[in-house]
Amino acid sequence: MSTAAIHWVGGPVLRADVEGQFHVHEAISVGAKALLGEVIQLDGEQLVAQVYEDTTGLKPGDPVTGTGLPLSVPLGPGLLGRILDGLLRPLADESVHFYAAGSVEQQAELLHFIPIAEKGDKLSAGDFFGRIQREGPALRCLTPPGISGKVVSIVSEGDYPESEIVCTLSDKDGQRYELSMGHIWPVRRPRPVQQRISPEAPMVTGQRILDTLFPVARGGRAALPGGFGTGKTVLQESLAKWCDADVIVYVGCGERGNEMAEVLDEFPGLEDPRTGRPLMERTVIIANTSNMPVAAREASIYTAITVAEYFRDMGLHVALMADSTSRWAEALREVSGRLGELPGESGYPAYLASRLAEFYERAARVRTLSGDEGSVTIIGAVSPPAGDFSEPVTSHTKRYVRSFWALDRARAQARFYPAIHPLVSYAEDVDTLARWWQIQGNPDWRDHRQRILTLLEQQEKLERMARIVGKDALPDEQQLTLMCAELMNEGFLYQSSFSPIDRYCSPERQSAMLRLLMHFIDRAGDALTAGARPESIGEVAVLRRLRRLGEELPEDSPDEFTRLWSAIDRELAELETGGQDDAR
Amino acid sequence: MRGDLTLRGAVRRIEGPLLYVRRSASVGLNEAVQIIDKDGHQRVGRIAALDEDKMVIEVLESTTGLGLDDTLIRLRAEPLVFAVGPGLMGRIFDSVGRPLDGGPPVPARRRMRIDGLAINPTARALPRDFIETTVSTIDLMNSLVRGQKLPLFSCGGLPHDRMATEIAQRARLRGGAAGEFAIVFVGIGVPHDTAEAFRSAMESSGALEHTVMFLNRADEPSTQRLLTPRYALTAAEYLAFDEGRHVLVIITDMTNYCEALREVSASHGEIPSRKGYPGYMYSDLATLYERAGCIKGLQGTVTQLPILTMPGDDIGHPIPDLTGYITEGQIVLGRDLDRKGVYPPVSVLPSLSRLMDNGTGEGYTHKDHPNLAHQLFAAYARATRVRVLASVMGMEGLSDTDKRYLRFGEMFEVDLVNQSGPRTLEESMEIGWRLLKVLPAVELSRLSDAQIERYIDEEATVA
Repeated sequence: MSTAAIHWVGGPVLRADVEGQFHVHEAISVGAKALLGEVIQLDGEQLVAQVYEDTTGLKPGDPVTGTGLPLSVPLGPGLLGRILDGLLRPLADESVHFYAAGSVEQQAELLHFIPIAEKGDKLSAGDFFGRIQREGPALRCLTPPGISGKVVSIVSEGDYPESEIVCTLSDKDGQRYELSMGHIWPVRRPRPVQQRISPEAPMVTGQRILDTLFPVARGGRAALPGGFGTGKTVLQESLAKWCDADVIVYVGCGERGNEMAEVLDEFPGLEDPRTGRPLMERTVIIANTSNMPVAAREASIYTAITVAEYFRDMGLHVALMADSTSRWAEALREVSGRLGELPGESGYPAYLASRLAEFYERAARVRTLSGDEGSVTIIGAVSPPAGDFSEPVTSHTKRYVRSFWALDRARAQARFYPAIHPLVSYAEDVDTLARWWQIQGNPDWRDHRQRILTLLEQQEKLERMARIVGKDALPDEQQLTLMCAELMNEGFLYQSSFSPIDRYCSPERQSAMLRLLMHFIDRAGDALTAGARPESIGEVAVLRRLRRLGEELPEDSPDEFTRLWSAIDRELAELETGGQDDAR
Repeated sequence: MRGDLTLRGAVRRIEGPLLYVRRSASVGLNEAVQIIDKDGHQRVGRIAALDEDKMVIEVLESTTGLGLDDTLIRLRAEPLVFAVGPGLMGRIFDSVGRPLDGGPPVPARRRMRIDGLAINPTARALPRDFIETTVSTIDLMNSLVRGQKLPLFSCGGLPHDRMATEIAQRARLRGGAAGEFAIVFVGIGVPHDTAEAFRSAMESSGALEHTVMFLNRADEPSTQRLLTPRYALTAAEYLAFDEGRHVLVIITDMTNYCEALREVSASHGEIPSRKGYPGYMYSDLATLYERAGCIKGLQGTVTQLPILTMPGDDIGHPIPDLTGYITEGQIVLGRDLDRKGVYPPVSVLPSLSRLMDNGTGEGYTHKDHPNLAHQLFAAYARATRVRVLASVMGMEGLSDTDKRYLRFGEMFEVDLVNQSGPRTLEESMEIGWRLLKVLPAVELSRLSDAQIERYIDEEATVA
């Protein structure tokens, strides 16, 4: 095994004199505490490495040992439902109050293994040889990529620790491979797939403004930029709770410790609206809070995407929530600065854009090696300084994502959540996804979506005009437009993540709400033509209920829908006759 | 622990706060050193970088009077620590934890690393205990809970010190379950009179024996400024997690801390990022702010109320910006309200408490509290928009509803934001309901029908 001796150390970066062969991105173990690090540069007899843990106490002469492997993490079905650090080591349980350098004792948890393959079966890379019996998503044991052969032996059904050998393969050259339920994979290398396939269906998030206006496809990529206090984290958490992925990987990258506490506190008690199982069963949490070592923050993003790909390879749909990619970029910047690299824009290294691209490109809908369909959808929060979207991380991210959900400070300040600005945000997969809505029984989705956006666009124009001439001076139909736009905002786009009724909104309910609101807008237009005044339209009783539609129309309530529909007809018809009376 | 080692005449270069020293003993990164000058004065330093034959020592005080040959370096073989013990309460310390009140040193029960350790995320308990500060804009609109870090974003010349003092004096848990509490006051680069004003205010309210003060005066070296909050938070953690107290840490002024960080970073020759502040300022601030919290199984808590003055009144400046990304919300003070004579001049819209939903509502405060707050926010935001509209074209062009919003906005600032004495949450809520009666009921879309009937309609008919 190759070794080296430290001769300079500053912050998380060290230089060491090499004896033996090291490789770029090889994982190393540093000093007496065996801190984990990674080689980043090689120069003759010297290596430069970053250390993923607190370097206090390291000194020249301390040994560095190579592992011979690139920075890798142990993947396995037992990851689900756990909270891990940026290097995928389980965090100590709550009896340990403070996070300390060095690794934590692994607890040997038993998993119930059921063999699928039999002795003599031929397995190739990515094939399943067993499954895990437990509640939640269907978990399988994969033949690691790069390995294939005939099953020589496989254990019978029973409880085994994750690391125990359960299956032995032998390939045609007689090489034997011993497989446990999980395997080790280098974090910076994308896991292989049979082929990438283009997205067809949206990832349903249960958030109206996203599903209806700015959908993200399964296997797509979305960015969620916003200044502090605009609700990034609350929205990320809502997505993690209610989106229709099979597995959620939630990486808290350089964020608050209390947020992790919140997730741990809430998730076990919440139910997946589709399966009725506790949300924690489908969730992996990777926590690298802002006060944990900076270099591990850099690694945590790669760790998370590797975990996501691993579950994808079991034929599952995975959503990765990264909060926040800006902190990851800052970690890159910090390490780059310590290496004395030439800084690019805002001090970020020049390779920032290519690193972002590498990360986002790992999202995809794929045909896995086993022939199943799986997907990884990335939702990356971005924290631009001063909420300025022209800064490097936001502007580069924009180049690689297909859905852009811009959070707006003014909306957040009015506590209008989710504070996504409908005129700055966009989604590129609308055409593809319209077909899905059609199959779901809403062929009007695209028209409705377009109408909402047009209405909101008009509102902005008219409000500018009203500022000059006064609202009263606007023609009646424009006053009505303003009112309808306001209704659309309040009644449809506003959605409280704390309301037990409204925190999740199924596509069916979204379609129903849209139909009601569009019906009101149409009928109000008719009433106006028939001579009703905009003020009297603004006073109809049903309007208050429509403005609170998220609360008034719960899931699966066709009766309520009919009542509201006829209330709209009745009350606006009364206006029409009333208006004609006035005219007479 | 290894014994202390002393090096004489090893210093080869002095540059700003940095000493370049020949290394002839085994030392580790970040370990503490003492630098003793020819007159026997001791200064504190730490090892900032190391290689085989040199080390760089960062002197945490002034380097005035240090020479190359006559300076002694004593290696402590451990990181900077603070000796804490039961005698902390009621004491006053300087920037680096030395008694400043003429009293004896604190008998040490534990020696704790001043950098602290990150709280294990799985061991964190979710902060849920509502703290009543008696300030309506905080209690009703942006509630503070135990274990939260909620900064005051202020501007030069605004009464943030007065607010912090009043909160320190009045804050309590509802239902009277006070528990053992303590206040840690940290003055970073503060003028002497600010520190004195706080001390006398605490003395007159009888809270001084529950208070520990750490003072770094404006004329002390900037390197020390980086240590003061670390010593103070170490004391706070001891009081909270060893002695089981509920500790409120008031830090003023974080802007001075960040300026010192920039100065020290520049003297290290580091590549600056925005406005000359170092790229790691976010991480550095996080190591301070994240030391607030509650831990499962431990009784005490650390709540932080840092104060910072926004340079140029600009909330987008790196100091408030990075702070806002770490803390759980912010209370923003506004100069326009102050000019109107509103006290406390809290700008409600940009203020936020992220943990509010954890500590309010049914079972915590009052079941209608969250909805009332949301409705007030929505209405006040609309009122501010109408105000802009009215300023361009006058009152005439406004619809009746808009005029009502305008009146609501005015009353909101005068009756709710402004307060002359302490208010309970119930009193604040009552004012809130009263204000909403100004608006037509159809506009109150954040309230349920039951809430409107209970608080808005009925009483309106009575009135």
